[in-house]
Amino acid sequence: MRPIDDSRVVVSLEHAATTVGGRTIWSDVTLQVRAGEFVAVLGPNGVGKSTFLKALLGLQPLSAGQLEVLGTHQGRQNARIGYLPQRRAFDPSTRIRGVDVVGLGWDGDRWGIPLPARFGGRHAREGDERVREVIELVGATSYAYRPIGECSGGEQQRLLIAQALVSRPDLLLLDEPLDSLDVTNQASVSALIQSVCRSQGVAVLLVAHDVNPILRYLDQVIYLARGGAVMGPPEEVITADTLTMLYGTPIDVLRDRAGRLVVVGQPDSHTHHHSST
Amino acid sequence: MIPRTVVSSADPIHGVATMLSHPFIQHAFVAGTTIALLSGLVGYFVVLRGQVFAGDALSHVAYTGALAALAAGVDLRFGLFAATVLVGLALGFIGGRRAADDVVIGTTFAWVLGLGVFFLALYTTHSSTGNGSANVTVLFGSIFGISASAATIATVIAAGLIGVLLVIARPLMFSSIDPTVAAARGVPVRSIGPLFLAIVGATAAEASQAIGALLLFGLLAAPAAAAQQLTNNPWRALPLSGMLAIVAVWSGLCLGYAAPKLPASFAIMTVATAEYAIAALVTTAKSRSRAAPSHDHDMAPSRDHEGFPLSSDEIPSPNG
Amino acid sequence: MNARFSWNIADDVRQMLAFHFMVNALRAGTIVAVVAGAIGYFMVLRRQSFAGHTLAVIGFPGAAGAIWLGINAGFGYFGFCIAGALVIAALSRNGRANTGLGGDAQESAVIGTVQAFALACGFLFVSLYKGFLSGLNSLLFGSIVGVTDTQLVTLLIAGLGCLVALAAFGRRLLFASVDPDVAQARGIPVRLVNGAFLVLLGIAAAGTSQVTGSLLVFALLVAPAATAVRLTARPAAGLVLSVVLALAVTWVGEGIAFFSPYPIGFWVTTLAFGSFLLAAGYRAAVDRAGRRGASRAERVTVSTAGSPA
Repeated sequence: MRPIDDSRVVVSLEHAATTVGGRTIWSDVTLQVRAGEFVAVLGPNGVGKSTFLKALLGLQPLSAGQLEVLGTHQGRQNARIGYLPQRRAFDPSTRIRGVDVVGLGWDGDRWGIPLPARFGGRHAREGDERVREVIELVGATSYAYRPIGECSGGEQQRLLIAQALVSRPDLLLLDEPLDSLDVTNQASVSALIQSVCRSQGVAVLLVAHDVNPILRYLDQVIYLARGGAVMGPPEEVITADTLTMLYGTPIDVLRDRAGRLVVVGQPDSHTHHHSST
Repeated sequence: MIPRTVVSSADPIHGVATMLSHPFIQHAFVAGTTIALLSGLVGYFVVLRGQVFAGDALSHVAYTGALAALAAGVDLRFGLFAATVLVGLALGFIGGRRAADDVVIGTTFAWVLGLGVFFLALYTTHSSTGNGSANVTVLFGSIFGISASAATIATVIAAGLIGVLLVIARPLMFSSIDPTVAAARGVPVRSIGPLFLAIVGATAAEASQAIGALLLFGLLAAPAAAAQQLTNNPWRALPLSGMLAIVAVWSGLCLGYAAPKLPASFAIMTVATAEYAIAALVTTAKSRSRAAPSHDHDMAPSRDHEGFPLSSDEIPSPNG
Repeated sequence: MNARFSWNIADDVRQMLAFHFMVNALRAGTIVAVVAGAIGYFMVLRRQSFAGHTLAVIGFPGAAGAIWLGINAGFGYFGFCIAGALVIAALSRNGRANTGLGGDAQESAVIGTVQAFALACGFLFVSLYKGFLSGLNSLLFGSIVGVTDTQLVTLLIAGLGCLVALAAFGRRLLFASVDPDVAQARGIPVRLVNGAFLVLLGIAAAGTSQVTGSLLVFALLVAPAATAVRLTARPAAGLVLSVVLALAVTWVGEGIAFFSPYPIGFWVTTLAFGSFLLAAGYRAAVDRAGRRGASRAERVTVSTAGSPA
């Protein structure tokens, strides 16, 4: 395990902007994410949360500003990034075991075919061990050898998180990993992500449409808007004043009896999406 | 048309020795083995990627390409490879994965076959050497008719294609199962798809020489589907698919030799189909016998977070 | 063929009708086009075109086997196609047959295997029947000289039966195709309707195979219906248009094939594909124009809404 260095800046944006099809998605985004931080990326639908992760991966070019990931330009260090794209279910007939899907995260980008560990050299042996370790870490040991198509949504999601973790990333980009999980699973997956973040000093950027299930695990939140972004501790950012200023329309933040946050008045069609649980 | 001695000896070893002493059988085995291995390996990825109908389309193109070459008076293989590889690349760049719907694909490739019939008519009416057997050869193959030089060329090309496929196997697997993550990790997903379809095209051209444009599709699909039934480990299913294809070709060749009335390509297709049927039966029987004891375990509602190492028993309350 | 094409159409038709085989071909083509156009329309609506293709391919060993055994090829086509339809209907889950592309990869691999095996069996029968290699082409790619008088009678009976059945449960079939769940709730036996339709499809595929050959059934069974669907959204108009297009493709195709040295399979697929391309292009142009109009309207609304009142 590498020593945790909390001061290390993992992601840094300065006045960054991006356009898709001539339309500005977000602009003037300036923020920094440090090692070991658990950060949620929030904002109304269509504000470009997934595009933000793609920009960090170098899959989406910037139209202005600066972006550094792991100390270099976007897209240069992708082997050190674990990425979980937006919810994708495997076809029920997919006859590939979960452990193979996780293993592809270890060496799927290498040419050739994997050899049995005996002939495969150090990297392959290490890979076998690491795959077993990470599957145990996410608690997927009991179903990792079944075809992934037969696993439930929550089981598939655990295996995919294991795939993102297997190459010991320094940065974890998760796009709505809690989507389509039930409440219990949302809590346990959030706790898992937090523990990985703390124990291994990994920076986590998690896109969510509902902040409530992850609220108590978070260090920081980022709210994206077309003209900028705010970042800070949740209790400072998710307030009526901050959000009203960011979006330029009156926004209220309410707390219901269970302590859940409800953001009302965001500039999109789904006003109540924060209360969707 | 083909010289064949009837196997009169009851001694199987002697019979096999006699069979293998014929040069045409030797050529058939040499070319058939590498073509089968290639088809099995490529077929595994074709089935995994859900591109079975792209394979079907390329087999139609193989027919038309071969007959266009015959009509133009050039080597048949030239037309085969040019047409299939080019259309494979085009499908890869235009189509993406399963883009067009079945009506468009079906109508287009019915027309491609119709065009093949047009070239056939051109060939038979305008060429003095034209005869009906060339058409049958392209449609259903003539593995016993492969010459020594054709067998060598087919083997070298098949070996080269197998080499390329093995080199790209792992990134191809990654981008087939998980294209988004593979792209994020730097796998060239956009060029690997068309490259793979070009390999499928070249495989179609190879296989159509052995079992014909109409049947090669079965040699791509059946062993691969059987291998997927038998194991969930992709790196075992891949060689297994290749081996099943080789078994199909070998037993087909032996059957075709022992019973001269049976066309070899029919025998090969029959064995390949039987392989799939047996694999499907074995899997069904296995899952049925396994389903009984473990059924309630699978249905347990708490299974999803069972054995999870972190505390997960509380419902989240953001104020907590 | 010593017939010569002239620009006097009436004279050309008279020339064609002087040949008995040509009269038979036109009669068979007419029956087949009407049935294929009508059944094909429902097939495209239900996205079962690969089931139709599979059934036609299954008909090939039937016909080849029938010829080998000395029976009329028509019985082979109908026997195998109807049997195949019953098997598919029995195997299909939830009463919905696999379309080939909509299903999963494993299922389409199975369909591919079955098709290849059927073709291999047909090839076996063809090679068991000596001196039949030229007949292979007409079985696979169609021919205008192949239709015998007995075959014509079989076609007529099967075609009439098909149309009567379609007229009897066409409305329910349309309902069950468009909205199976609601149809089920309204008491329509969806599974039975689906099975019955597959049998009709088998009959249509068997008939079409006798004109276009087993491999080119898409030309009459799918392309006219797909063209019609792109030109109109109304079921009745689509059905009629599909039948008219199938008739046109068949008659013109047979006419050109009579005067040209090239086979009917080529002409019929080319005509069908050409009309499909035209319709698809027309649809794309209309859609684009519609979208441009819609977005302009939208912009106008937005600007009115955005202007201070």
